[in-house]
Amino acid sequence: MTRPDKRKIDETRKIEAKAGIIPRADGSAMFKIGNTIAYAAVYGPRNLYPKFLQNPQKGILRCSYNMMPFSGSGDRVRPGSSRRSREISMVTEKALMPVLNLEEYPNAVIDIFIELPQTDAGTRCAGICAASIALADAGLVMKSMVSSIAVGLVNDEPVADLSKEEEDIEGTVDIPIAVLPRTGELTLLQLDGEIKKEDLQKAIEIGKKACLKINDIQKKTLKDKYKQVNKDV
Amino acid sequence: MYENQKQHIINFLNKGLRFDRRKLDEYRDISLETGVSKNAEGSARVRIGETDLIVGIKLELGEPYPDSPDEGTIMVGAELLPLSNPEFESGPPRIEAIELARVVDRGIRESKVLDFKKLCIKKGEKIWIVIIDIVTINVDGNLFDASALAAMAALKDAQLPKIKDNKILYKEPTKDKLPLSAKEPVAVTVCKIGDYLIIDPTSEEEKVIDARLTVAITKEGKICAMQKGGTTPLSAGDIDKMVELAAKKCEELRKYLK
Amino acid sequence: MSEILIKDKEIVVPGENLAKGMDCLPGNGTYRDKEFIVASKLGMVNVDGRALKIIPLSGKYSPKRDDIIIGQVCDIVFSGWRVETNSAYQAMLNVRDATSEYIEKTADLTKYFNFGDYIVAKITNVTSQKLIDLTMKAPGLHKLSGGRIIKINTNKVPRVIGKQGSMVSMVKNATGCRITVGQNGLVWIDGEPENEIIAVDAVKMIEKESHISGLTERIKSFLEKSTGKKVIVGEVR
Repeated sequence: MTRPDKRKIDETRKIEAKAGIIPRADGSAMFKIGNTIAYAAVYGPRNLYPKFLQNPQKGILRCSYNMMPFSGSGDRVRPGSSRRSREISMVTEKALMPVLNLEEYPNAVIDIFIELPQTDAGTRCAGICAASIALADAGLVMKSMVSSIAVGLVNDEPVADLSKEEEDIEGTVDIPIAVLPRTGELTLLQLDGEIKKEDLQKAIEIGKKACLKINDIQKKTLKDKYKQVNKDV
Repeated sequence: MYENQKQHIINFLNKGLRFDRRKLDEYRDISLETGVSKNAEGSARVRIGETDLIVGIKLELGEPYPDSPDEGTIMVGAELLPLSNPEFESGPPRIEAIELARVVDRGIRESKVLDFKKLCIKKGEKIWIVIIDIVTINVDGNLFDASALAAMAALKDAQLPKIKDNKILYKEPTKDKLPLSAKEPVAVTVCKIGDYLIIDPTSEEEKVIDARLTVAITKEGKICAMQKGGTTPLSAGDIDKMVELAAKKCEELRKYLK
Repeated sequence: MSEILIKDKEIVVPGENLAKGMDCLPGNGTYRDKEFIVASKLGMVNVDGRALKIIPLSGKYSPKRDDIIIGQVCDIVFSGWRVETNSAYQAMLNVRDATSEYIEKTADLTKYFNFGDYIVAKITNVTSQKLIDLTMKAPGLHKLSGGRIIKINTNKVPRVIGKQGSMVSMVKNATGCRITVGQNGLVWIDGEPENEIIAVDAVKMIEKESHISGLTERIKSFLEKSTGKKVIVGEVR
């Protein structure tokens, strides 16, 4: 069984990434996988208003995931938040929170804005990958990066990084995950579709391996930004 | 609140200089790229200095307005994304975004660059609605000129998708372009600070300007839309000078619309 | 036996292993995870024997007692002025710490510091909940008038100042500008337009290239080229 775009089962689509794309932000990044592009900007830690939202014991993390109106392959996406975008914002927050040390920023907020100018499959995972680079770029204390990919079952075979075409195949199971590369622990796990326990295990294993490769790309992206200066001088 | 900063900017203008070494009538570096979002029917990204924004076009089918049964229409939206500026907040569009969208809308609509009649598919029943969305990526002033330029470039980039059974097949673009004429408006915003006129303000300069005038000008040199901003009144003499400067500088922007 | 896994001055990323072995010492920007020393911040590694730390390359200002900062008055309240500090927290300048003059309870506080004014102030206290107190009662603290403020990466402030102020003095001498560098990453520069632009460019160049050796020489030759005048290094004014 071969995949529609001839990729190996554990092979991701082509990935490109860049750090520091938004000068006004405290940290920022672009992460492109296949035809999905995510931008992320981090602002903070910064003042949090209204005051009743503040927590004197630790800072809060706020995440916002948004598709640009023209980003989808169908109709225009109406601006403003939807139930879908709010849920994704929430799971993204939870996927990133475990690596941060929010106790360092009492009463303050760290804002992450994820925007998608062009979408295909795997937008929430691309958003998490971009956000993780942006958080490191912002100089925040982090236990590690967070890497994310959608795995799944396509034609009864566990694969990494589902394409739109694969998502649309009857019986496909879609499992977006986020992984802490040091420990292999998962910070995001969602699943829709029917799958056997054994296949789920296999899919997650493939996903973890793919995330290690993504982590390498994230690291290189950040280093490249700071090495570029050396080249310029 | 910004009197100090304003006086210092004026000290520079007295010497014919800006904070970033520019002359008063000088744009920052400009770049324009089209086809930046594959799923949009057309798209363009414009950078002016550190200002960076994308305009994307989506096409939808709709019914014509009863008073213009044989005309398609446009809709312009602008989102000042909180990702692009620490001062922007999430939520419904603020008045600045609405003004930006409406000024871009008028420039395109009134220039007649887009032939609304040709956007009619079936009289009284079916038309194309051209939806133009402006989104900011990084904001450092002069969103008007950048947005108008990107919108025009995105319109030129757009390809009509196929229609089957009254539905748009978004994944099957045709070779057909939007019905555009050569009128191609571009907008130049001239700002007044003290007795000086400048163009292409940075965010820092925008905070202290007394008045601004956005002038949209067609390729034939006709003015097709204007918008005054700021709280200081402008004299007829001011307006003359501002329009003249806009007319001179619009050619520089037009070069990017190949 | 411990093993250092990276080179000194290498740029590392959160989560990266820096050293293996229990006798290595985790310093700033690192933590221990079993036998590994791991980076918890993006930055440049400093290896000093078996001690490792990260010199951050990015990140916001974190207020510290005794720092001299440039702040902007954002609100006036009963007890004094609220001041933006270019960090996650606003600071408070109490009426009694603002000036050696006696201020009447009914006084118009804008006469001393108005909305939007920039001040050079000293942090006297930071609580664990990050309530910050400022004072204006120490030598060199004052309101700034004229000039412009530029923002730089707060981690680069020590390099912009230089050893005993040598770097900023060189820029001041070469351009004739008045310059104040706040620990919080705000820099105030005031001078003749042409020269002020050169000073701003020089400060931005120091900020950008601070981690590359030969900085003083590069800044010196930049200043000489831009001003057309010879620059003397090492003179502290």
